[in-house]
Amino acid sequence: MQQSKVPSANLLEDAHERQWLDNVHPSDWRNPVPAATYNLAVIGAGTAGLVAAHAAAALGAKVALIERSRLGGDCLNVGCVPSKAILRTSRLYAEMRNAEGYGAQVPAEIRVDFPAVMQRMRGIRARISLADSARRLSAAGVDVFFGEASFTGADVLTVDGAKLRFKKALIATGARPDTPSIPGLAEAGYLTNENVFDLTALPRRLLVIGGGPLGCELAQAFGRFGAQTIIAQNNPTFLPREERDAAQILSDAFARDGIDVRLNTTAVNVRVEDGQKLVDLVSAGYESTVAVDAILTGTGRIPIVTGLNLEAAGVDYDATTGIRVDDFLRTSNPRIYAAGDACLEHKFTHTADESARIVVQNALFLGRRRLSALTVPWCTYTDPEIAHVGLYVWEARERDIPVKTFTIPMHDVDRAIADGEEAGFVKIHVKERTDRILGATIVARHAGEMINEITLAMVAGIGLRTLARVIHAYPTQAEAIKKAADAYSRTRLTPAIRSLLRRWLAW
Amino acid sequence: MIDTSHADDDVLLDRLQRAAFGYFVEAVNPANGLVADTSRENSPASIAVIGFALAVYPVAVERGWMARAAAVERILLTLRFFRDSDQSGSPEATGTRGFYYHFLDIHTGARVWRSELSLIDTALLIAGALTAGMYFNAQTADEIELRELVDALYRRMDWHWAQDGGTTISHGWKPECGFLHYDWEGYSEAILLYVLALGSPTFPIEGDGYHTWTATYQWENLYGHDFLYAGPLFVHQFSHAWIDFRGIQDRFMREKRCDYFDNSRRAVLVQREYARRNPLGFAGYGENSWGLTACDGPSHAVPELSNERRPLFGYAARGVPYGPDDGTLAGWAPLASLPFAPELALGAVRNMARLYPEMLSEGRYASSFNPTLAGTGGRAWVSAGHFGLDQGIVTMMIENYRSQLIWRLMRDCPYIVAGLRRAGFRGGWL
Repeated sequence: MQQSKVPSANLLEDAHERQWLDNVHPSDWRNPVPAATYNLAVIGAGTAGLVAAHAAAALGAKVALIERSRLGGDCLNVGCVPSKAILRTSRLYAEMRNAEGYGAQVPAEIRVDFPAVMQRMRGIRARISLADSARRLSAAGVDVFFGEASFTGADVLTVDGAKLRFKKALIATGARPDTPSIPGLAEAGYLTNENVFDLTALPRRLLVIGGGPLGCELAQAFGRFGAQTIIAQNNPTFLPREERDAAQILSDAFARDGIDVRLNTTAVNVRVEDGQKLVDLVSAGYESTVAVDAILTGTGRIPIVTGLNLEAAGVDYDATTGIRVDDFLRTSNPRIYAAGDACLEHKFTHTADESARIVVQNALFLGRRRLSALTVPWCTYTDPEIAHVGLYVWEARERDIPVKTFTIPMHDVDRAIADGEEAGFVKIHVKERTDRILGATIVARHAGEMINEITLAMVAGIGLRTLARVIHAYPTQAEAIKKAADAYSRTRLTPAIRSLLRRWLAW
Repeated sequence: MIDTSHADDDVLLDRLQRAAFGYFVEAVNPANGLVADTSRENSPASIAVIGFALAVYPVAVERGWMARAAAVERILLTLRFFRDSDQSGSPEATGTRGFYYHFLDIHTGARVWRSELSLIDTALLIAGALTAGMYFNAQTADEIELRELVDALYRRMDWHWAQDGGTTISHGWKPECGFLHYDWEGYSEAILLYVLALGSPTFPIEGDGYHTWTATYQWENLYGHDFLYAGPLFVHQFSHAWIDFRGIQDRFMREKRCDYFDNSRRAVLVQREYARRNPLGFAGYGENSWGLTACDGPSHAVPELSNERRPLFGYAARGVPYGPDDGTLAGWAPLASLPFAPELALGAVRNMARLYPEMLSEGRYASSFNPTLAGTGGRAWVSAGHFGLDQGIVTMMIENYRSQLIWRLMRDCPYIVAGLRRAGFRGGWL
């Protein structure tokens, strides 16, 4: 087993680590005596499970929440929270090195204190874990059980020998890293998101396999900490889902950070010699070997569906795509629903959150909310960030929707110039000859913040005409969105309208 | 030294065009007709550059720079080489299934640099051959053989194989790993590729690959201009060197009420706007100094630039507005947009040549120059030697501007006409 689930002894001496563990899995926890029947039994206390448990309990439902490891799931423990914490520090180091670009002095010595980076991360994680601690959940009326859940019938499951009956259940077991099957990788040892945040020393040389969001974020962060970083991606661009220009800008950013970018490259073999990992890479017929001290894989995630005895409950699933659900998130057993990474294509914390809210309404209150009605943004937190919502151009064209894109490069935005953060763009896609927003991609230092305005507009049915009337505080980087709306307004000035205006103004 | 400041337009263009054509006289291997990729020492031949050579021999004949018989002899030599070349697809062959490796040993014609069997570069080669075939239309034994060779080379190209079981055309193939696993995405020079692939009477592509590819287009409003987006300028020039896109439209352009010719004019306007804004603050950029495209460029690999702190991209497809941009401009790029925006292109040509005459040697454009990396005496960094692609596109585009010779020839090419129609083009001269 390559991935350590238990923090190492020296980590346990850390106060933050102890506080975090006390919140997410208290060592002295005793499972409650089960109620006769639960309105909702939730398996998995990641984002989806916690949101559903809180929401259902707040509405008066009798809720059981079952977790086999730590409350908070990937997001809190080994995902969004710790990664964003270290990304922030890595950005600071990058800015220190680029201080001259801001008219400031580069510090005489820039020494990366990696243990301090990780300690800050642990402090942040411990603080955020307090919100969903076992004790707070219990105080909120949720029966929290630690242990392995297993269905024994259509309306019953067991946890550590205790039988829990339910009217409705939610499977929110999440996903785990999908490790590439490269000969020698397991023997050589590797990192995933599940153990990379346990590192106490910075690897001197790091190979990141996979150019998806996690791989890109951590490659940049470790590169900025000073690790000689290579990123190998088995595709012509990073973030294959995203626009080519976004991937291009990211490639350029990686080059500036000194990361060795290997696109169209596959890792085919790993071996250990003299304490270092030698990885054979193949790119369009060319073979090369790199020597590194650590390998991080970020090649995707697969749903956790085993060990639940889903057959006993009559719940259909697929080992790759997860629990099968309909548009109302109901499984093949009408009593049982699923939410989050265990069943969704878009494995994000915010989709897990929203899908859990849908389940609470649909399962407990006769709701008819549909998954397909959601407008889901997402963001990769590299520097610059890459955020998207709605349709891509190719998706719109595939559906025969004529599409036009209003593009504002960030170098046209005053605040971005002042901030020295000009890499990127706002692209808003509209249905041709209308102002209806189909989707948008934003590449900018704060794209994740900016995309929310577009998401709001899409959900509220606001078009570019209205956005052009929305005053944006000046100077802000979000003004790029207003500029795109203004560009749309200018296209409405057809030659005929211009001619009319000229005549009108001829007084 | 060409006087670019006082000569009138016709004289200036004639000098620049003749100098560009001169590359093909100097860089050819007279034994087999193969043409070097660049004028640098030990350069291999490039099949794309040979395509440009085949397309510009008619220009040279028309302008009196080359005797018709000499041009025919040179072209026959070239075409016979490809007819007789090793088509086994082995790692040292010249090609397979009618396609050729990108770079060839200029003496033996064997593959070099482990280069890929290149679909787009073979398309440029065969487009040049078709141009020659259309021009040399006399009923002499040599010219009849020339046309037969062109036809045979085109007909043996197995475009269907190049789809690799899918709908779109692959970028390339290598004996070591098979088809390269990435496809054309977004607007690019691949229109010519698709037109040739659709026009084939023997092995045309099947399915709706052209539509699948054009579905990845992005129609953008950028800097106030609506246009079919592609960053590097050459994308807006290469297919257009052969195909007269004025007034003809495919489904996409009908929807946008535009055509690819007009779109290339808009691309010039976008380049000017980017250079005027000059977001990265490079020296020498301005609305009359632009040309971000695929070209050579400075690199940290050379000792004198190894300590340069700025990113340098070497040979790269530079583009606007997202780069890559390291301050490198291609002086020839505005000239290659001459037919689309003559007044703007000439304005840039004159201005850039006045400010940076060092980018022209023997009256011929270097691949690129970079004023930000000025050396001693304030002279811009200049790419060494000359690149065949640049000289080819310059010769062709000046000719299309002056006489429309290439366009006229290709408008009558039945394969091009069939390919355009199958791609959904209608209207105008079609």
